[in-house]
Amino acid sequence: MGYTLDFSVVWHAMPALLWGCVGTLGLALAGMTLAMMIGVAGVAARDSKAAWLRALVIGFVEVVRNTPFLVQIFFLFFALPLIGLKLNPTATAIIALGVNGGAYAIEIIRGGVQSIHKGQVEAGYALGLHKGQVFRFIVLKPALRAIYPSLTGQFIMLTLTSSICSAVSAYELTSVAQRIESDTFRSFEVYFSVTFLYLAISWLLMLGFAVVSHRFFSYPTR
Amino acid sequence: MAPHFGLPEFGFLLRGLQWTVLLTLVAFVGGCTAGLAVALLRTCGHKGVEWITRIYIGVFQGTPLLLQLFVVYYGLALTGLKLDAFVAVAIGFTVNASAFLGEIWRGAIQAVPRGQTEAAMALGLHYSSRMRDIVLPQAIRISLPATIGYLVQLIKGTSLAAIVGFIELARAGQIVSNQTFQPLLVFGVVGAMYFILCWPLSWWGSRMEARLALASQR
Repeated sequence: MGYTLDFSVVWHAMPALLWGCVGTLGLALAGMTLAMMIGVAGVAARDSKAAWLRALVIGFVEVVRNTPFLVQIFFLFFALPLIGLKLNPTATAIIALGVNGGAYAIEIIRGGVQSIHKGQVEAGYALGLHKGQVFRFIVLKPALRAIYPSLTGQFIMLTLTSSICSAVSAYELTSVAQRIESDTFRSFEVYFSVTFLYLAISWLLMLGFAVVSHRFFSYPTR
Repeated sequence: MAPHFGLPEFGFLLRGLQWTVLLTLVAFVGGCTAGLAVALLRTCGHKGVEWITRIYIGVFQGTPLLLQLFVVYYGLALTGLKLDAFVAVAIGFTVNASAFLGEIWRGAIQAVPRGQTEAAMALGLHYSSRMRDIVLPQAIRISLPATIGYLVQLIKGTSLAAIVGFIELARAGQIVSNQTFQPLLVFGVVGAMYFILCWPLSWWGSRMEARLALASQR
């Protein structure tokens, strides 16, 4: 066989790879922001009085959750220019991630809203809290706490999913890795190392989320 | 003149769909077997073994499936074995499935009330009989919705085999799209095929979850 592993190419490409990590985080952050906006709007529409709007949201969630992201991003890649959105691959990737994550966010946020008992709000008013205080302390904070684990888990999933955006050559870690691979032909070394860069990213995110949770949500439930 | 999307193209997509189903089945069966081993090791009570399986699961959950496929695909190529693309990606998906199913079943095994294990021990049952006859039958029931959820994820995940060049449904879609210049129609049909495959499973899984939740309330 006579193949010797050579990780020096990875070492030389480290600056480019680290910029790729930044690209991945930026992509995930932008995608998650869009996903949250779609999520909040979707939850509002999901409980609207118009039956067609409710059906539209349910249909959207089911279609997105039961088809692969790769097919979604290919579809959007060709569909967006048709509706006049001529975007670069990275912007297309952000929209695809946002649409995909949005469907999951709708389900998550809806669960959080439903977790707040109506009696809690009434109790808040009975204690003489303002409308703003009731929303902030009785609805928003407990709801956020309830959905925090699934929401942050979803963010990490989205970050990992963003690697698929390399298929439309968006700027992120995997596409940087593919470029280095085609320059050096060191496929295994490059992808092996990049896998651990992703692992580092998800561990850092998990750590960060745990710190935030400890800081803001560590009050007793009852 | 490019061909239009007609019956031959549709047939090509259907053959891709066959490969998607086959790849899913192979990975799921392989993943169930290896996943059971992972789940049992993860709950075996030996600290060192539990830590190793925990790291194993953590690595697969913390890295993108696409990169896992790349590593397995190119890693196997390095060993000098001349493997078919199907075998290589099937191994990749199987390893991934073993970690995810292992974690799902770990949770299910630990969700079986502790008293069940204690009662089995009091009756003098061995580890193998305790697991096979007492714990696992109950754990399987608990884990079924999540297992079906993972199966849906696996079907969708097999589309990534397209990126390493294996011709399953998504890759077939890319090829037909390039031939016919009708990307929206082609990827619409491809998406519909995945949907027809996944949606009944998702529906079944969430119905079962609702039933289990109802049963545990009583």
